Amino acid sequence: MAGSMIANVSRRSLLLGLGAGSLVLAVGLPARGRAQDAPVEFGADAMPNGWRDDPNVFVSIAEDGIVTVTVHRAEMGQGVRTSIAMVVADELEADWDMVRVTQAPGDEPRYGNQDTDGSRSLRHFFNPMRRAGASARAMLEQAAAEAWDVPVAEVRAEGHAVRHEGSDRSMGFGELATAAAALPVPDREGLRLKDPATFRYVGKSDIGLVDNDDITRGTTTYGIDVRREGMLYAVIARPPVFGGRVASLDDSAALQVAGVERIVRLDPPAIPAEFQPLGGVAVIARNTWAAIKGREALVIEWEDGPHGAYSSEDYKAELEAAVQTGDGKLILNRGDVEAALAEAPTRVVAEYYIPHLAQAPMEPPAAVADVRDGSCEVWACVQAPQVTRLRLAQRMELPEEDVTVNVTLLGGGFGRKSKPDFVLEAAILSREAGAPVKLTWTREDDLHHSYYHTVSVERMEAGLDADGKAVAWLHRTAAPTIGSIFAPDPKEKLPFELGMGLTNMPLDIPNVRAENPQAPAHVRIGWYRSVSNIPHAFAIQSFIAELAEAAGRDPRDYLLEVIGPARLIDPSEIGDVWNYGENPDRYPIDTGRLRKVTETVAEAIGWGREMPSGRGLGLAAHYSFVSHVAVAVEVEVIDGEVRIPRVEIAIDCGAHVNPDRIRSQMEGAVIMGAGQALTTEITFQDGRAQQGNFDSYLIPRMETAPREINVHLVSSGGYDQPLGGVGEPGLPPVAPAIANAIFAATGRRIRRLPVADQLRS
Amino acid sequence: MITLTVNGTERSFDGDPEMPLLWYLRDELGLTGTKFGCGIAQCGACTIHLDGYPTFACITPISIAEGSDVRTIEGLAENGDHPVQVAWRDLNVSQCGYCQAGQIMQAAALVDSTPDLTDEDIDVVMSANLCRCGTYPRIRAAIKQAAQAGTE
Repeated sequence: MAGSMIANVSRRSLLLGLGAGSLVLAVGLPARGRAQDAPVEFGADAMPNGWRDDPNVFVSIAEDGIVTVTVHRAEMGQGVRTSIAMVVADELEADWDMVRVTQAPGDEPRYGNQDTDGSRSLRHFFNPMRRAGASARAMLEQAAAEAWDVPVAEVRAEGHAVRHEGSDRSMGFGELATAAAALPVPDREGLRLKDPATFRYVGKSDIGLVDNDDITRGTTTYGIDVRREGMLYAVIARPPVFGGRVASLDDSAALQVAGVERIVRLDPPAIPAEFQPLGGVAVIARNTWAAIKGREALVIEWEDGPHGAYSSEDYKAELEAAVQTGDGKLILNRGDVEAALAEAPTRVVAEYYIPHLAQAPMEPPAAVADVRDGSCEVWACVQAPQVTRLRLAQRMELPEEDVTVNVTLLGGGFGRKSKPDFVLEAAILSREAGAPVKLTWTREDDLHHSYYHTVSVERMEAGLDADGKAVAWLHRTAAPTIGSIFAPDPKEKLPFELGMGLTNMPLDIPNVRAENPQAPAHVRIGWYRSVSNIPHAFAIQSFIAELAEAAGRDPRDYLLEVIGPARLIDPSEIGDVWNYGENPDRYPIDTGRLRKVTETVAEAIGWGREMPSGRGLGLAAHYSFVSHVAVAVEVEVIDGEVRIPRVEIAIDCGAHVNPDRIRSQMEGAVIMGAGQALTTEITFQDGRAQQGNFDSYLIPRMETAPREINVHLVSSGGYDQPLGGVGEPGLPPVAPAIANAIFAATGRRIRRLPVADQLRS
Repeated sequence: MITLTVNGTERSFDGDPEMPLLWYLRDELGLTGTKFGCGIAQCGACTIHLDGYPTFACITPISIAEGSDVRTIEGLAENGDHPVQVAWRDLNVSQCGYCQAGQIMQAAALVDSTPDLTDEDIDVVMSANLCRCGTYPRIRAAIKQAAQAGTE
C-alpha cells in the first residue's frame, strides 16, 4: 500500500506542477493522460492512504452492548460524526440508542484518508463504512452460530442481537462481542450488504445528532476548550503584512503585565508560506487575558517586506487591466470564438469582481500542544490531522510515531482549519516553555492572518445570433492562485481551480474560449468553502442572465437553453481533467440533473409571477463537487437595502445518507452565500487587512439572513450509484441568484461583490 | 478579593479585576461552555446570565460581577432540559455547535421573559448572536417551539 501511495503522489505532483506542495494539497487529481501510469485511480483510491474498511479499526462493541464507532473524518458542522455512525450502525443492525462515537487521532495509514475537505467524506467512505459495519455484523453472526453449533445461514443479526431462525435463541451484541472480536474479518467478496430498502437509519430524517446533548449542555470540547495540567496560555503578535518581520522589539512593559511568563520571538515566516507559522512575537502567560494584555504592551516595529503596498483598489485595477488582452494562458478553446464574435449581430461584455473573503469560523484557530521528553502531543481543531502530524514531526524533528494529533470538534472550518499553521505555533511555544501551551487566535488574528479566499476579476464576452442564441463565449479569469502558498510566486490558476466551475461548465455553445491572465499573490491564498466555484459561478450565472436580458428572453428559459438538452458529459472532453478526482464514467456531468434542479426551484419560487414594485426573482444553477444545485431567490429592495424573504434551493447529490444534514448544509450555504452577495468582504490597504472583527467583517445575522429557506432534495440514483458532495456545492449559485433577483427588482446589475451600499446611490 | 456566585456555587477571585468574566470562567474555573468568538460584544458566543440578564462575558470585567449571580450554559437547567435546550435537540439546530451555547443562553432569557413571542422579538434579540454555519432558521423554529412548550 505504501508503495502505491508514493507512486500516486508523484503522479499528482507532475500534473499539478507543484512538487511537494501537492502532497498536502491532496486534491485527488486522477492520473488520466499519462499512459505509462496504470491502472488509473479515482475517488478515494486516488487519495493519499486511500480508504480502509476493517471493522477492527472502526467498530468496537463492549460487553454491555455499547457500540463505539470510530470516526476518522473531522466534524466541523457537516454532521459527519452522526452520518458515518448511521451508516455503520445500519449495516451492523445496531440499536441507535446503543451507539457512541469516538474521534480518531491523525493516523492515515490506519484509517485511510483523513483530509476532511472537498465534500468527500461520505462520497469516499459510504461504501467502506457500510462494509465495516457489515463485516462486524457477519462476525457477530458467525460467533453466535459457533456458540449454538448451527450453520451461520440460520442466524441473523437484528435489533442489536443475533437470533437463530430455527429456535427462539437469541444473544445480544454485548454477549457476543468477545467471541466475535477473535474471529477473522470476512472477505469483502462474500460480504452481504443490506438491501437499501431495509435501511433503518440511512436515508431517514429523524436521527438526532450524536453531539446534541453535549452541545446543548456546554460540555463539548473544541480545540480552544482543551485543558491540560500545568498548561500556559499564549497569543502571538504577527507581522501585519504577509511576509513581514520584526524590525525591533521592546518587551519590557509586556513582561511587567501580571501573569505574563515569557516572551518568545518566532522565526521569520517561510516563503512560500505553505502551512508554516507567520513569525512574530509570542506572549506566554498564566491565562488568556494576561497573554492578551501582555501582547498589547509589546512595542514592535515591523518591517513590511515586499507586500507592504498591497491595496485592494489598486489590485482590482491591475486585474481589470490583465483581462483586457488576450495574452493570458489559453485554457479552453472550442470552435472559433474570434470568428463567431466577429459575425455575431449582438455582443455582450461584462466584468465581475469577487473580493477576498475570510472563512472566519466562529471558533478561531486554537490548539494545545505538549512537547516534552522527545514526544509531541497536540489537541487541535484540524480538518487535516494527517498533514498536521507530518508537519509537526518535521518541525519538532521527531518521527511521526512520536507525534499524536488528537482531533477535537471544530467550531466551524470552511477550509481555514485545513492549514495547521496554528498547531505548529502551539508546538513551538510548548517546546520553548517546556510545558503544555494553549495558543488562541483572537478574531483580529483570524481576520488579519487568514488563508484568504482569492480575489477575482472575471471578464465575460459573448456573441448572440439573430435569434438571441449564444454562439460565442469568451471568458478571461484572473485571480491569485492557491498554488502560491506551495510554490514561489506562481501566477496562473491550477487545473483543480479551473475545474471548479470554469473548464467543466456544461455550456451548449459551439464556440468557447477561456484564458487565464497572470495574477500575483500578495497574501496567503487558501481554500474557502467551495473555493474557485465562488467567482466562476458568480460570473457565469450572472452573465447568462445578462445575455437573456440582451436577447429579450426569460432568464429561466435562457439558462435552460444554455445548459442545453439532457445529456451526459465527460468533463475531460470539455476541458477538465480533474472532475473532483472522480471517474468521469461514474461521475459525468449530467445536464438532465442540472435542468431538473433548475426547474424545481423555478417552480417552487413561482417563476414568472407578477412581482410588486421593488421585488424580483433570480435564478442560478451550478455543478460542483459532483453535485448539481440550483437556487431561486426572491428579494425586496427598499431604499437600497436588500432583504431576502425567500430562497428555494435544490440539490441532486445522488442518494441521501443523512437527509437532515443535507438540508442543514443547504440552509447554511444559503445564509453564507447571502453574506457574500450583500456584505462580506476583506480588503487590504498598505498590505494590511482592513477588517479585524465582526463589526467590519459583516456576516449575516438573524435579522439580515434570508428568512424562509426551502430545501428540495432531488434524488436520482440509488445507494448503488455514486454519491455527490454536500458540504460545499450549495454555496456557489447563491450569490448570483441574489444578484439576478436584484436586477429583476431594480434594473441594476451587480457586477461587484458585495452589494454593500451600491444600491443606495 | 471579588466574590460571586457561579451556577449556584460561591467563588472568590483575587486576580486582575479587569479580567473579563469570559476568561475567568474558561481559564480559572474551567467552564468552557461559554465561548470566545470576538472579544468585543459582536458575536454573542460568550452570552451568560448575570443576575438573570443575558450578558456578553467577553466585555464584562469580573469586578462588575461582585456579589452577582452568574449562570452559564453548564448551569442553565439542572438536567440540561430547559425548554430551549430540548427544542434545540429536537430540531437538530446545531451544525458545528460552537455558537450554540451563547444562542441558547440568549434564547432562554428571551423565552423566559417574553410572553407571546413574535418574529420581531426574535429578530431584535437573536441578532446579537452570530452563527457562521447559518443555523438561524432552525434557531427561530426552536425558539418558537420552546415558547409554545412554556405556555402548555
